[in-house]
Amino acid sequence: MLKHFTSYFTKLLVCLSALIFPLSAMAQDSNAVAMADKLRSDGKIYVVVTVIFTIFLGIILYLFTIEKKIKKIEQNQK
Amino acid sequence: MRKVWWKILCILLLSVTIIVGLLMPVPALNILNETIRNLYFHVPMWFGMMLLFTVSLVYAIRFLKTQDLKFDIYSEQFAKVGVLFGSLGMVTGMEWARFTWGEFWSNDPKQLASALSLLIYFAYLALRGSVPDYDKKAKISAVYNVFAYFIMIPLIMILPRLTASLHPGNGGNPGFGDLAAEMRPVFYTAVIGWFLLGIWIATLAIRFQLVARKHLLSTHNVEMDVFKK
Repeated sequence: MLKHFTSYFTKLLVCLSALIFPLSAMAQDSNAVAMADKLRSDGKIYVVVTVIFTIFLGIILYLFTIEKKIKKIEQNQK
Repeated sequence: MRKVWWKILCILLLSVTIIVGLLMPVPALNILNETIRNLYFHVPMWFGMMLLFTVSLVYAIRFLKTQDLKFDIYSEQFAKVGVLFGSLGMVTGMEWARFTWGEFWSNDPKQLASALSLLIYFAYLALRGSVPDYDKKAKISAVYNVFAYFIMIPLIMILPRLTASLHPGNGGNPGFGDLAAEMRPVFYTAVIGWFLLGIWIATLAIRFQLVARKHLLSTHNVEMDVFKK
């Protein structure tokens, strides 16, 4: 009777672990899924760097457009 | 002035400043913490301001020598961008001070001295605006420019160093000088980059003014030629 019970118990355990293990494996997987995590690491400082760099590039682009306009006026005057 | 290579250099240097300056490891210091990275952004404003004022001074002297109004325009625009940089340096410095010294303004000798020298250059702009006659304006402001420069230098460079200051490196505060070996390359990159950006903005303003005042410049220089003959 006891032997029967233990075998039943081990079967149950195996079944349960078979059920749970893939779940836990999946949970680990979802952590390990390769995403573009670089920008989210280090407290998301990379986002700040991106923002500042974007603003900087915007200002530079603006300078180039002003320069283009001035060049046009300079050529018109000649 | 119209070449493109130094503008690209400027973009490269400032890109390095922003990306490397924000991401590279820095020395961990009390009080300063991560704000030590402001060294790449706040301090180059002041360095840039002084360099731009130096260029402005050179053109003021060239104007006094040649009486060519073109140089007056150069001098004015470089001074204006210098004032812009100085104002940004002042504001960023106050923001930084709020979170390291506790107050936006704590009458620190360097704060006071740089505020004074900024006021002197504000007065330069006010002086320019108050003289309607262009020749007089140019001459008076060129002479004033020379005086302003040689008041600014001791105010910023010498006086604050003679007294205790809250600034890093002064009066026993943790400074950059002795430990900045790893920060130095980025810092110099930042200074050159921001200075080039200042020159860029100034040259755009100069080219605009040269076009806008073309008539004035040509008649003035014709008169000057007659005068010389």
